[in-house]
Amino acid sequence: MATLHTKSAARAMMAPAVIVLLIWMIVPLAMTLYFSTLNYTLYNPFSTPFIGFENYTYFLQDPTFLAALANTLILVLGVLAITVIGGILIALLLDQEFYGVNIVRLLVIAPFFVMPTVAALVWKNMMMNPVYGVIGQFLQAIGLAPIDWMTELPLLSIIIIVAWQWLPFATLILLTALQSLSEDQKEAAEMDGAGALSIFWYITLPHMSRAITVVILIQTIFLLSIYAEILVTTQGGPGSQSTNITYLVAQQATSYGDIGAASAGGIVAVILANIVAIFLVRLIGKNLDA
Amino acid sequence: MGQIHLEKVRKAFGEAVIIPELDLQIEDGEFVVFVGPSGCGKSTLLRLIAGLEDVTGGQIVIDGQDATELPPAKRGLAMVFQSYALYPHMSVRKNIAFPLKMAGMDQAEINRRVDYAAKTLNLDNYIDRRPAQLSGGQRQRVAIGRAIVREPAAFLFDEPLSNLDAALRVGMRLEISELHQRLKTTMVYVTHDQVEAMTMADKIVVLRAGHIEQVGSPLELYSAPRNTFVAGFIGSPKMNQLGGAEAARYNAETIGIRPEHLRLSTTEGTWKGTVKVSEHLGSDTFLHVESPVHDEPLTVRADGEFPVHAGDVVYLTPEEDKIHRFDAKGLAIR
Repeated sequence: MATLHTKSAARAMMAPAVIVLLIWMIVPLAMTLYFSTLNYTLYNPFSTPFIGFENYTYFLQDPTFLAALANTLILVLGVLAITVIGGILIALLLDQEFYGVNIVRLLVIAPFFVMPTVAALVWKNMMMNPVYGVIGQFLQAIGLAPIDWMTELPLLSIIIIVAWQWLPFATLILLTALQSLSEDQKEAAEMDGAGALSIFWYITLPHMSRAITVVILIQTIFLLSIYAEILVTTQGGPGSQSTNITYLVAQQATSYGDIGAASAGGIVAVILANIVAIFLVRLIGKNLDA
Repeated sequence: MGQIHLEKVRKAFGEAVIIPELDLQIEDGEFVVFVGPSGCGKSTLLRLIAGLEDVTGGQIVIDGQDATELPPAKRGLAMVFQSYALYPHMSVRKNIAFPLKMAGMDQAEINRRVDYAAKTLNLDNYIDRRPAQLSGGQRQRVAIGRAIVREPAAFLFDEPLSNLDAALRVGMRLEISELHQRLKTTMVYVTHDQVEAMTMADKIVVLRAGHIEQVGSPLELYSAPRNTFVAGFIGSPKMNQLGGAEAARYNAETIGIRPEHLRLSTTEGTWKGTVKVSEHLGSDTFLHVESPVHDEPLTVRADGEFPVHAGDVVYLTPEEDKIHRFDAKGLAIR
C-alpha cells in the first residue's frame, strides 16, 4: 500500500524544490559558459560577437594567471596549516579544566561571527598599520622597525587575517572530536607506559583524524574563494603579489569590464577547484570511511 | 612476583569519602576478587592499585617496594578495562604490541611475544583486523593479550565480562581461570557478580561502602559469613534471613538459612507454607513459599524436579547445623 503511492507522491512533492535547485545551478553555469565564448565587454555591451576559445587563451596566457594560481595555493595551504595546527593546540588547551574555561571558549569562537570585510578592515587599520597599528607600536616599543604589512608582506597579511577568521571553526570541530575520546583509552595507554607525547601521537591524533579531514575539506572549499579580505586590504597588490584566482576573475569584470574573460576565468576556477577536490578526496577521503 | 599490600589506604573525593582506611594483603599468585554492590568502591580500589587514582592517605606496597607515588606504567601491573579500551585505529597486532613498543623493546622480540600471545588466546586469525571488526569476546581476548605480553607482576581486571552476553561470559570466565592456572600470576578482579567471584577466586574480598566486610576463600564466605551483609550477598539465590520469634528460638536476633538447606516435604515439617511461585529448571526446582514465620516469601531449592505448583501447601524443615545465627549488630554468633 504505502510503497508505490508514497514514492510517486514524494517525487511530486520534491519536484518543485529539485527544479528550483537545478535552475539555480544550471542557468548561471550555462550563462557563464555562454559568455565565456563571446567578446563581451561593458564598454560595448551591445556587440558581443562569438570568438570561441579566445577568452580562455587570453586568460590562461595572462602572466598574472600563474602568479594568481600560486598565490591561491599558498593562501589555501598557509591558512590550512595555521588553522589545523593552531586549532589542535587550542583545542587541547580548551579541553583542560581551568577556571573560566567557558568564557575562554566563547572568546575563542568569537572571530567566526565577525564579517570578513570587517575583520579585514580591523586587521588592516588597527593591527597591521605601521604607524598606529598594535603590531607596529609593539615592534617600536621593543626597538624594532615597524613592518608595513600590506606592502611588504601582502600575501602573508592576508593569510594571517583569514587564518584568524577560520581558527575558531577548526578549534570547535577539533575540540568536539577531542572530547569524544574515551578516558579509558587514555588510561589504558598510560598503563601501557605511554607518556603524554606518545598518548597524543598514537591515541589522540589518530582519534582526531576524521575531524581534521572534515576541517580541511570544508575550509578548502571556502578558502579557494577568498575575495572580500583581499578587496578591502591589498586589492591584490602590490602588483599581483596578493591576487588569487577569484580576485583575478573579479578584476577582469570590475576593473577591465571584460565579462567574457571573467566568465572564462570563472570556468577555469571551477575546473581548478574540482582538480583540488579530487586530489583532496583521494588523499584524505579514506579517513571519512567508518 | 606479584605481592600487593595496602596499608591504611584512604580515598576521598573532596568531602566524599569513598574508601575509609583499609588494609589488605594480596599474596603472590593469588586470584583475588573484589566483590560488592555497585558504588561500594571496588573499582576505585582497583584504580588506586593501578595508579590511575591517587591515594588520599596510606601506602601501596608492591613486591616490597613503596609504589604509592609511582606512575601507573612503573608499577609493573597490567589492566583490562570493562570497555576493553582497545585502540580503534590500530590492528590487533599493533594493539597488543603497543605496551612493548612504548617500553622500547626491539622489533624481533615484540613480534615473538605478540605471536605467542596471539596463539595462546586464539587470535591468530584476526591479527590484522581492527577492533571494530571483532566480536565482544574477541575484543576481550585482545585486551587480555595486550595485558599478558608485558609479563606484569599482576593483572587487574575491572568488570571485564559485564559487556558480554551470558553464554560468552561463562566461556571467558573459564578462559581467565585457565590463564591464571597457566601463568600463576597474581590477578585482582573486580566484579559485582557473586557467581564470577565464587567460581574464579582463591580469595574473595567483600566490600560495602569502602569497608571490607570479609576476606576469605569462596567456601569460607559461603559456610561462615561474618555478618548478615556477606550472608545475603554470597550465594544464589539469596539466603533467607528471619527475625522475630523464630530467631529467638535459636537465641539470635536474626537467623539465616540458605535455600538449599531447607528440606521440602508435602506432608510434614517445621514450617508450613503455600507455594507462591515455582520455577522448574529440571536440574533444580526453586520455590518461593509464603509462610507465617516470615513476612517475605522464603526461597527454597530442591535438587531435581519437585512436583508442586503455585497454591500447593508444602512443609519446610531447616537443617539445624546449617542455620546461621546473627546478633543485633548483624554479626555472626559462633
